[in-house]
Amino acid sequence: MTRPNIVRIANGQGFWGDSILAPVRLVREGPVDYLTLDYLAEVTMSIMQKLRSRNPNAGYATDFVRLIDRILPELVEKKIKVVANAGGVNPRGCMDAIAAVIAKRGYKGIKLGIVEGDDVFTRIDELTTAGEKLSNMDTQAPISSVRDRLTSANVYLGAFPIAQALDQGAQIVITGRGTDPGLVLGPMIHEFGWKTGDHHLLAAGTVAGHIVECGAQCTGGNFTDWRTIPDMARIGYPLIEMKADGTFVITKHDGTGGLVNESTVAHQLAYEMGDPKAYLGPDCTADFTSIRMRQDGKDRVAVDGVRGGPATPFYKVSASYQDGFKAVGELTISGPDALEKAKLCAEIVWKRLASDGFEYPASERLVEYLGANTVHAGIAAADRADPSEIVLRMGVKGPDEAKVNRFGMELVPLVTSGPPGVTGFAGGRPKATEIIGFWPALLRKEFVTPKVTVVTVGT
Amino acid sequence: MTKVPLSRIACARSGDKGEGSNVGVLARSDAAYAFLVEHLTAERVRQHMSAINVGAVKRYEAPNLRLLNFLLEDSLGGGGSASLKTDAQGKTHGLAVLRMELDVPEALLTKG
Repeated sequence: MTRPNIVRIANGQGFWGDSILAPVRLVREGPVDYLTLDYLAEVTMSIMQKLRSRNPNAGYATDFVRLIDRILPELVEKKIKVVANAGGVNPRGCMDAIAAVIAKRGYKGIKLGIVEGDDVFTRIDELTTAGEKLSNMDTQAPISSVRDRLTSANVYLGAFPIAQALDQGAQIVITGRGTDPGLVLGPMIHEFGWKTGDHHLLAAGTVAGHIVECGAQCTGGNFTDWRTIPDMARIGYPLIEMKADGTFVITKHDGTGGLVNESTVAHQLAYEMGDPKAYLGPDCTADFTSIRMRQDGKDRVAVDGVRGGPATPFYKVSASYQDGFKAVGELTISGPDALEKAKLCAEIVWKRLASDGFEYPASERLVEYLGANTVHAGIAAADRADPSEIVLRMGVKGPDEAKVNRFGMELVPLVTSGPPGVTGFAGGRPKATEIIGFWPALLRKEFVTPKVTVVTVGT
Repeated sequence: MTKVPLSRIACARSGDKGEGSNVGVLARSDAAYAFLVEHLTAERVRQHMSAINVGAVKRYEAPNLRLLNFLLEDSLGGGGSASLKTDAQGKTHGLAVLRMELDVPEALLTKG
């Protein structure tokens, strides 16, 4: 096949819940070859597993189906390809829903690809029997300690299965759990024919993927010098212009808001970083200390020099388990004496609960006074003596759902039985919600076989 | 020397890392980076953030990005969905570090 000079890959969804306007504008406001979309957070897989246990057709990102319905004409007309991890725990169900949208709109001959094989939830006992420890990477605790409370388990697959689906002609590729940078690395492998041993190229693609994976966080969103960011309401989402040699430019569509410069890109490189010399992934390791950046015109940052090395023999597993319950509620306390009254309110709640036999140890309860230096606690420059109003935020957690719910019943009564000026109870009683615990682990790669399927819709 | 907030000579971004958070401090100039490598130690950040982070603090350097990356190992009240904190993901920890007051040579403040 002929290789292109430049491939344009845009990321239109940085996380589950990101703006639906972003991908719509990316396909309408400038040239794009690939649109990538990230819908999965760690907690998402567990929620989707639960949805699927109630309904075998559920368990994927329904936002994605609504988005495709909205932008399908542009995708077809401009031949834009889509790579999304919208499959959650049910890529096949997601594919069926997308096929239905395509059929409804009367398009024929569109190829859909899915990547499966990341879901190891039903294979835990098989894997431990085979000698895989699956211990918690952070705490070294054995998986037996949470075995009967597990709610999901998925490995982070790499980019090569995505490239395979594209090689087979898929215009829309739907995956389950994979790495976020893999969504953009897959198209690069497909377009340029990069191989598993091309560590520096794969590392360059991984770095590019890391820069765009949180959407507008590299184009001026969540930026220290926020006053310098023009037209944030119309902020442009990021676009990679990748070349076959692994050098690339980060930019955004002309005429959009936001800013791309060395600082906005460096901000995102720092996001969720551990050791900058060893960014680990399933396809390679990347050395972030090798990255070179320079401004290459307005809202364009050129990146080169990226060095990489071989991947480890393991996939990372992200498992989740039921870890008790929590409830959190808020009330607004007006001045005068807002903070003093808020502290009295908190004391009243704990005393009333204790008088009814419900005591919550310090490790299972929290009080925050929002407006009086809570998120920056202990940092002198942030202290303010007498705020005009306070949001009192209280929460408890623990293994006993009834005890957590009992707390929720004692917050709202403060409105009539506490100090004056207590309001903002429209949300009603806070109720217990499940805490989803994370279980990061390692699994040797030979135990996992990614499976790629490509089908043609409406022939 | 002039006492200024760290934000005068650096930017920052933060986010969650398991039960902790990372704060990437990005120096605004090469001179500021050299100054911060010497003075913005892991211990200094640990003390500044001690009401938020009850764990250790580890520092990594990436001079090509003028970046000092700090890992705050227990700063999220349990992390993930187990946390009762408003900022369960450490989104505001970068700005918290930038509020640190530092004695800085005037030469670092003349530009930017």
